[in-house]
Amino acid sequence: MLQDHLISAAHLSRDDIEAVLDHAAAVDADPEFVRDRHDGRVLALCFFEPSTRTKMSFESAMKRLGGETIDMGSVESSSVKKGESLADTVRVIEGYADAMVLRHPSEGSAKLASEFVDVPLVNAGDGAGQHPSQTLLDLYTIRENAGLDDITVGIMGDLKYGRTVHSLAHALTNFDVRQHFISPESLRLPRNVRYDLHEAGAQVREHTDLDAVLPDLDVLYVTRIQRERFPEEREYREVAGEYRIDNATLAGAADDLTVMHPLPRVDEIAPEVDETTRAKYFEQAHNGVPVRMALLDRLLGGEQ
Amino acid sequence: MTDKELRVSKIRDGTVIDHVTAGQALNVLAILGIDGSGGESVSIGMNVPSDKVGYKDVVKVEGRELSQSEVDVLSLIAPEATINIIRDFDVVEKNRVEQTDTVRGILVCPNHNCITNADEPVRTEFEVLGDGVRCAYCDTIIREGDVAEHIDARGSGETAL
Ligand SMILES: [Zn+2]
Repeated sequence: MLQDHLISAAHLSRDDIEAVLDHAAAVDADPEFVRDRHDGRVLALCFFEPSTRTKMSFESAMKRLGGETIDMGSVESSSVKKGESLADTVRVIEGYADAMVLRHPSEGSAKLASEFVDVPLVNAGDGAGQHPSQTLLDLYTIRENAGLDDITVGIMGDLKYGRTVHSLAHALTNFDVRQHFISPESLRLPRNVRYDLHEAGAQVREHTDLDAVLPDLDVLYVTRIQRERFPEEREYREVAGEYRIDNATLAGAADDLTVMHPLPRVDEIAPEVDETTRAKYFEQAHNGVPVRMALLDRLLGGEQ
Repeated sequence: MTDKELRVSKIRDGTVIDHVTAGQALNVLAILGIDGSGGESVSIGMNVPSDKVGYKDVVKVEGRELSQSEVDVLSLIAPEATINIIRDFDVVEKNRVEQTDTVRGILVCPNHNCITNADEPVRTEFEVLGDGVRCAYCDTIIREGDVAEHIDARGSGETAL
């Protein structure tokens, strides 16, 4: 059973994941049956760094369950700016809400916050750490398009700082998935994630070049390489260019390849790919709402 | 100095940490937060010949007993160490260090962006792996050989006798 909080995808079992995805599928098929289920309940959105999409997706999910959301406004205008600790902030906000969603720039912040509150807390991204609710909607999209067993998944881009990648890699170890990681040398998976994949006995390979593995892939999950990670613009351009895909790059891929991206993208996927049946990133983003409805419903005790 | 001489040399109250991995004596002091400023009387033997382990270090501290969390971290840098608690010139307790699952306090997470390095009311917590430790908050792994570098130089704040 899913714990009271959702802090890391590493804590999710196959049963937990399937329960949420099944529930999300039911919600997706008939949103009416959960409407008003959480009438009068309040979800606090604690975003210590901006993330319009994730925040709006949780907001939409809670409202479609009949509940309300409150948020703390921009960090600049809140007491956080005055030096209040995270521990104090969440203890205060706990009094205003039945559950909370936390986005924070420091790794481990969600775990820390969860130690100070009794209401369910969802980690919506802690620095370069984890982003487990994103992973649930990623898994939902993969399941819809390719199934979750006996598949080959390529994950490409910034694997070092990409929290969505860390969470997804952990979660995929619950399934029969061959994982290929494609990145520049300097943005390889961090040691702790490689350690966990190894411990889990996952089938994992690392590459610097997409071409070698592309024909084998059922799913290609692309992430953004950020300019800030490189000391020089020139260095960034060289690297980023190699990890950009368009229809020519994908020529050697399977016709039913599923191309995903947690969004926002900059230019790592050419717009021409959007027109193909391979592009599933907008569908993936839309799946955020039913999946987060299912997740919140479970955390708030609506679904037994 | 022989093993025997060291063992019998007297302190009145305190701790003798014996069979410390050779070369780790100063790190043991760092774990204990001892830098001389606290006025403790300390003697150290480094690379002392030992029948059991070839060479070892020995640390003797007057007026100081070890907390469990200190012993936990000692197990990472000196897994063979024995801890002798001395009261009124007698060895009242003799313990081996034991590998524990978790080390609380004592170590600082090397990840500057880890929430445990922000000004929050939290003690660090590290899970002990086969060949290192891992931050329970941000998952950063410190390999065994590097553990000593991440000892909190300010001491754990809970080491008073
Ligand atoms: Zn840490």
